[in-house]
Amino acid sequence: MTSLNNLAVYSDYFVAALLIGGALFMLVGSWGLAKLPDFYTRLHAPTKASTLGMGATLLGSLVWFSVQEESLHIHELVISIFLFLTAPVSAYMMGKAAIHRRRPMAEGTRNAEEAERAAERKGINDRDD
Amino acid sequence: MLSNVIMICTGMIGLAMLFCLWRLIKGPDITDRILALDTLYINSIALIILLGLYYGTALYFEGALLIAMLGFVSTSAVAKYLLRGDIIE
Repeated sequence: MTSLNNLAVYSDYFVAALLIGGALFMLVGSWGLAKLPDFYTRLHAPTKASTLGMGATLLGSLVWFSVQEESLHIHELVISIFLFLTAPVSAYMMGKAAIHRRRPMAEGTRNAEEAERAAERKGINDRDD
Repeated sequence: MLSNVIMICTGMIGLAMLFCLWRLIKGPDITDRILALDTLYINSIALIILLGLYYGTALYFEGALLIAMLGFVSTSAVAKYLLRGDIIE
């Protein structure tokens, strides 16, 4: 019984550390979104940091519910796996849309002329507008 | 202790959402606004998870899952619309 009580106390510290870390990552990601100079660097900040922050927050929630109800609660994993799968896809689509809209790049972007070629290249079914 | 930690985390995520709102209002182009909305919905999922932890109930989990799915679908739909001028061709 005492070991179970100890587990609850230790898991509280563990969950608190996970929650603080996750919130810090989300804050840094959104700060990068507000601060960075052009769209492509701004795309980099939230899509990585927010998923890491979400992963830590959801892991904290999973641990807390598992310890509290003394059974394994893995349904938070559904959200984190879904986010890990969809965040790169939506980031790719937004980056492709930005390349096709020819958003300006920050000074010193390497291989900037490749973006122009990628924007020129059209698919088979693309209309020419 | 944990309720204080949850309050601090809520404040930090609220600040993060304010940053996103600033980018959503200021954003020079529509792609920046899509990105700000995408980050906003991810932050709101974390806020709902924290609310569920605060009240100690797993009921809010379904809401978080719904926001995750609808957010991804809307982001990809708007990006696709920008890319091709059409969503379902």
